[in-house]
Amino acid sequence: MDECLDGLVKRIAGAYVAALALEDGTFIVGKGFGALGERNGEVVFSTAMNGYTESLTDPSYVGQILILTYPLIGNYGVPPDFESDGIKIEALVVSQATEPSHPRSMKSLSDWLKENSVPGIMDVDTRMLVQQIREMGVMGGAVQVAESLEDISREKLIRKAREVDYDSLVFEYSAYKEPTIFNEGKSSTIVVVDYGVKDGIINRLMGLGYRVVVVPGRLGSDAVFSYNPKGIVISNGPGNPANMHHAIRLVKEVIESGTPTLGVCLGHQLIALALGAETYKMKYGHRGINKACRDLVTGKRVITLQNHGYAVSEESLSGTGLKPWFVDCDDGTIEGLIHESLPVISVQFHPEGRPGPRDANYVFEFFEKMVRRNGDS
Amino acid sequence: METVRKVLLIGSGGIKIAEAAEFDYSGSQALKALKGEGITTILVNPNIATIQTTHLLADRVYLTPITVEYLEKIIEREQPDGIMVGFGGQSALSAGVQLYRKGVLDKYGVKVLGTPIEGIEAALTRSIFRETMLKAGLPVPPSKPANSIKEAVAAADEVGYPVIVRVSFNLGGRGSFVAYRREELEAKLTRAFSHSIVGNVLVEKYLEKWKEIEYEVMRDRAGNMVAVACLENIDPMGVHTGESLVVAPSQTLTDSEYQTLRSASFGVASAIKLVGECNVQLALQQMTGEYYVIETNPRMSRSSALASKATGYPLAYIAAKLCLGYLLDELLNMITGSTTAFFEPSLDYVVLKAPRWDLDKFWPRDEILGSEMMSIGEVMAIGRNMEEVYQKAFRMLDIGVLGLVDNDTFTPEDLSAVMERLKQFRPYWLRDVAKALYLGATIDQISSITGVDKFFLKPVEKIVNIAKLIRKADSLKQESREVLFREALKAGFTAEQIAAISGKRYEEVKEAFRTNGWNPWLKNIDTLAGEKPAVTNYSYTTYSGMTHDVLSQGPDGLLLVLGAGCFRIGVSVEFDWGTVNIYKNLKEMGKRAAIINYNPETVSTDWDIVDFLINSELTPEAIQDIASIQSCGGVIISSAGQIGNNVAEELDRRGVPILGSQPSSVGRAENRSKFSKLLEELGIKQPRWATVTDLARLPKIAEEVGYPVILRPSYILSGTSVFIAYDEDELKDLMGKLSRHTDKPVVVSHFIEDAVEAEVDCISDGSEVLMLPMDHVEYAGVHSGDATISIPPYRTSERTLAKIAEYTGLIANALQVKGPFNIQYLVKDGEVYVIECNLRCSRSMPFSSKVYNIDLLGYGTRCILGERLSLTDDRLEEISDRVFAPLQLIWGVKSPQFSWAQIRGSYPFLGPEMRSTGEVAALGLEFHEALLKSWLSATPNTIPPKDTPILIYPDSQRTTPRLKSVAEVLREAGYEVLTLEESPIPGVPEIRGETAVKAIRMRRIGMLISSGYIPQIDYDVRRAAVDHNIPVILNAELALEISKALKRLSDETLKLTVMELGELWEINRQRILPLLLERRRDTEVLK
Repeated sequence: MDECLDGLVKRIAGAYVAALALEDGTFIVGKGFGALGERNGEVVFSTAMNGYTESLTDPSYVGQILILTYPLIGNYGVPPDFESDGIKIEALVVSQATEPSHPRSMKSLSDWLKENSVPGIMDVDTRMLVQQIREMGVMGGAVQVAESLEDISREKLIRKAREVDYDSLVFEYSAYKEPTIFNEGKSSTIVVVDYGVKDGIINRLMGLGYRVVVVPGRLGSDAVFSYNPKGIVISNGPGNPANMHHAIRLVKEVIESGTPTLGVCLGHQLIALALGAETYKMKYGHRGINKACRDLVTGKRVITLQNHGYAVSEESLSGTGLKPWFVDCDDGTIEGLIHESLPVISVQFHPEGRPGPRDANYVFEFFEKMVRRNGDS
Repeated sequence: METVRKVLLIGSGGIKIAEAAEFDYSGSQALKALKGEGITTILVNPNIATIQTTHLLADRVYLTPITVEYLEKIIEREQPDGIMVGFGGQSALSAGVQLYRKGVLDKYGVKVLGTPIEGIEAALTRSIFRETMLKAGLPVPPSKPANSIKEAVAAADEVGYPVIVRVSFNLGGRGSFVAYRREELEAKLTRAFSHSIVGNVLVEKYLEKWKEIEYEVMRDRAGNMVAVACLENIDPMGVHTGESLVVAPSQTLTDSEYQTLRSASFGVASAIKLVGECNVQLALQQMTGEYYVIETNPRMSRSSALASKATGYPLAYIAAKLCLGYLLDELLNMITGSTTAFFEPSLDYVVLKAPRWDLDKFWPRDEILGSEMMSIGEVMAIGRNMEEVYQKAFRMLDIGVLGLVDNDTFTPEDLSAVMERLKQFRPYWLRDVAKALYLGATIDQISSITGVDKFFLKPVEKIVNIAKLIRKADSLKQESREVLFREALKAGFTAEQIAAISGKRYEEVKEAFRTNGWNPWLKNIDTLAGEKPAVTNYSYTTYSGMTHDVLSQGPDGLLLVLGAGCFRIGVSVEFDWGTVNIYKNLKEMGKRAAIINYNPETVSTDWDIVDFLINSELTPEAIQDIASIQSCGGVIISSAGQIGNNVAEELDRRGVPILGSQPSSVGRAENRSKFSKLLEELGIKQPRWATVTDLARLPKIAEEVGYPVILRPSYILSGTSVFIAYDEDELKDLMGKLSRHTDKPVVVSHFIEDAVEAEVDCISDGSEVLMLPMDHVEYAGVHSGDATISIPPYRTSERTLAKIAEYTGLIANALQVKGPFNIQYLVKDGEVYVIECNLRCSRSMPFSSKVYNIDLLGYGTRCILGERLSLTDDRLEEISDRVFAPLQLIWGVKSPQFSWAQIRGSYPFLGPEMRSTGEVAALGLEFHEALLKSWLSATPNTIPPKDTPILIYPDSQRTTPRLKSVAEVLREAGYEVLTLEESPIPGVPEIRGETAVKAIRMRRIGMLISSGYIPQIDYDVRRAAVDHNIPVILNAELALEISKALKRLSDETLKLTVMELGELWEINRQRILPLLLERRRDTEVLK
């Protein structure tokens, strides 16, 4: 009887334990969910209160452990609202992973993480962690989920956290392994150079009536031009753009071709770098779906989804032909660029949303106009 | 930018159901925003208990009815160049629309600031709203407008049942209802038509069990928009959002659902050309992804107040600035100081709003929740998970429970009975969910009968499961027990609750938790989930944490000022006025202080007014936890209403210092026996009384005390379960009702008939007393909260007043009162009796302070801190030894505001229990002027037109002669009077009850006057009157004074002036000046 009662307590408390280590030596024990095992990565946080399926599958999060600041995650389970083929984060840190309730949910958050071999830690003070990262800057971290606390070595996990060197890695990631065609049959082609593209971007372009070809960036410019694109989109993706020499070269060729070009997030940074501007690493980045930007061309204000740890330095713009298009209302960060003479535009935020507002969808329409104008001339 | 220099802001009037203190909060914010621009503000609001009706916020204050007639006079006098109609609820909006329609705004060149009137009309008139939405490509539920019952029935046939019938320009869904069949529809339609000033309704497809979602949208003149908050109703469509458990942010929406609805809300705001703030209600069906726009309110609302408090984004303040033409990103987010108002807050906590009902006070009780709002107050719980906020909210409601579950949850009951109850939503239904789960129901079953998303039921199950284990905690291994208790604390259990469930002593449980270091953490609300450093002063407590956010520290201990918690009948905005005033005075004295409160409607929970605001329960355990985190310098309970008195002794016992009157004194005044003994020692009379614990002895005791008797349990505030019995038969009838209160002794006291009730609002330092006297128009027997009160006293002689002053001084001295207190007296045949003494702020203090123009709580706060009273005002006279009262030669009258119409089916009557929901007041140059203006300020009172008869009838022989004289006065005033055949006044033409009801429905009765409690005779008549917004007077003395005033009005011997508060004070000053000079001369002669 007593044994059984103790079992019930255990059920309430959860089966797995977990620990989170940070490179500064922080070691926090919580409850485990998702997959057993250990993963490390750069620890970042997002303040988006919903849209966790979209966030977790956003390839830009490759190499990162994600803290979600909203305390209840998993409430609507796992609807098929993905931005790629699966979970891209290394590990998930939340206050509480909840059981799902939604007619479109396929499974629980925990089961989904398990399927994707991603460990999750909960019952930790995420607000405290956010404050720590805010003060110290982003840092390496490691998460381990185990059946008992004895299976977790504090020293080993901290060491694992310290091994993370996100900044010097060269990702040149791609979400699609091979060139992939969407909307086959449409006449006008847009090539998306894939460094970890979100499906939301592809969807938007399809919505504009284009044939969309996603080409992994590593395949080079020949592959890109082989599809005879009317416009080219340089995608979002993970990593430090300044290390991505191959990609910068490719983007340069794209711009030089005179094909109308739109850069999104990482793509925006690559365009800036290709034209001679510089990027820098932000202390803890912009990650959330409530980011206010000002459109300097129209004067319009938009709330955007942002997910970036690097940004384009404003001072480095002189001589590149690039002008600020959007700036962050709060801290003035460059959130979009427009070229003086070339058909090149870029946004640091995600105009496609998913998760997040659709207020800046018009960026794609702007791009479409640019493509059309170019086609006419 | 709008270039205005003088702006008129309309308030919302007396607090009624669906229009409460949230408009004091939003109006105050708007006034502050205007003041910051150097704009002169004129405020029109007869709600004297509000914080906004002072010169601190508004430059000019008019305590007048909110009608076109008065507003036009004010506009003519003040010549404002702008008007804001979006900060005083539906009352202000409707008044604004009427001013516009009648051409008043045009005539005086007054610009409407904010959303244009066409936009407001598009939002408020159902048919235009629908058309506007469809034009903007937004889906609205299939519906048809109807202008008559016949049309409505035809519309319902077309739309298909079930239907919801909506009424234009309504408050709190008043008159709206759901009908499943034609007969039901027809029966309910009559009432619906009576509530609409435009006389049309909308018959709409009823979206049963769809999700109800609400967005708060800000939009600037350039069309930039943000959705500040998304609120999700836990109970589905069909339950008015004011009756709903509401959670923020939304919990169960996927991003795609969230964004679709957000975009639609933006569409709505654009379509009505919003400038400022609006809420948009939407219905969502997750299975199919279908959604509809339900409605929008282009003004500050209850939800916008909630959204402000939930997110830390000051919607009203920003909205006011947008009305002046600012753009969103030109304004600073005041919490962070570094981000702009063009921003959508990110929350890292969960907020739950739970409504508070007081339906027990009404008869007959109809507690099925529906599309009309009947709740009277609300609480806002903040935590890190659903379990925590559920439990906190239920404690905050102050309904005598220890959380969502306690031992009541485990009392045996038939599951089928509980499930039957759950078929319809009733107050506090979530406790029934817990009970059903305990009794073996499944979440699936409950979700399918209630339509509540399982997401919101699972936390209840977790709480129940934890509670079940806590009951058996002794059988657990030590390790498991610790795990369980930690889980329990995170799930919102308190030590007190755990102790009660596990049958342990509180001290033992709490001590063990403390030893383990299990204390709550203080976390900040900063609008951006910790993303950026923010200098915030707004915190909540939680057990889900590992550190405190940085706390303010200073050399002195932090003073904790307790708020009054949720509003209910008997505790309303007047206590918030007290909290804010005490706080303001502490600040001026350079003290470091925090307010603890959780009522989202109030000014005291406005972090912008307070240096440090803590959202926490007001229980001894929670207060003590905060006191130990914060190195507390003392707790101030004076403005916390009954909550303060209830926690005082416990806190004192646990070593938390209480400032001001000491808990032992509070107890001595509250405890009848102790108080009685004290009065005896002082030689002060009180009505005979005795305590009965054995109900069987009641008749004998009543006989001894002497009929009529008044029966009440101890520790009451608003008079819950207070009864009068005139003889033994009546007493026996009442004994059944009393058995519900068997845990507390019943006090039986002699009821002195036809006695004048006088009250004094006072401050004392234990030696001197500042006393502000007033008396009631109604004779004793009507609760002081429902009475019409006059300043200066109207019925009390100078000699009696001196006696009252003497007694007041003696009591203050004996109890060593330090701070505010109130004593109620009865006066009969020159004898003065004490009936009650409360050592805290009283309901009438805002009224007495403002009419006498004396900063009562300025003196009060100093006394609370132990300083001397040091009276300086030259108008004060020492009318008894060390008791001072001011000279007063202008009049102020306070009238109750009732919500009979909103409390579906309740029988309107007055008695020793309080049933009014708010109050209004007016000042005048003479008593009848102040009385009539004050009475007219309460909705729906109006001067009855001369061509409609007044219905007047008594409840008994006792009141017949008095009402007969009322009838005579009314006749002299030129009114036709009718009486009821079933209970007639001799000599007055009679009509049958049925006929009266018909006449009322056709608005052929201008006013109803009666008295007492005779539902068996006139239930339908009284109910019809309140349902059709016909003025009702339910007391003979009040009826007499009002009819005298009406007569004088028609004789033109009474003038209703329109003057600003400061002007009236100045007149008072001029009038008393000769007296002051004379007094000074006397003093000089003496020298």
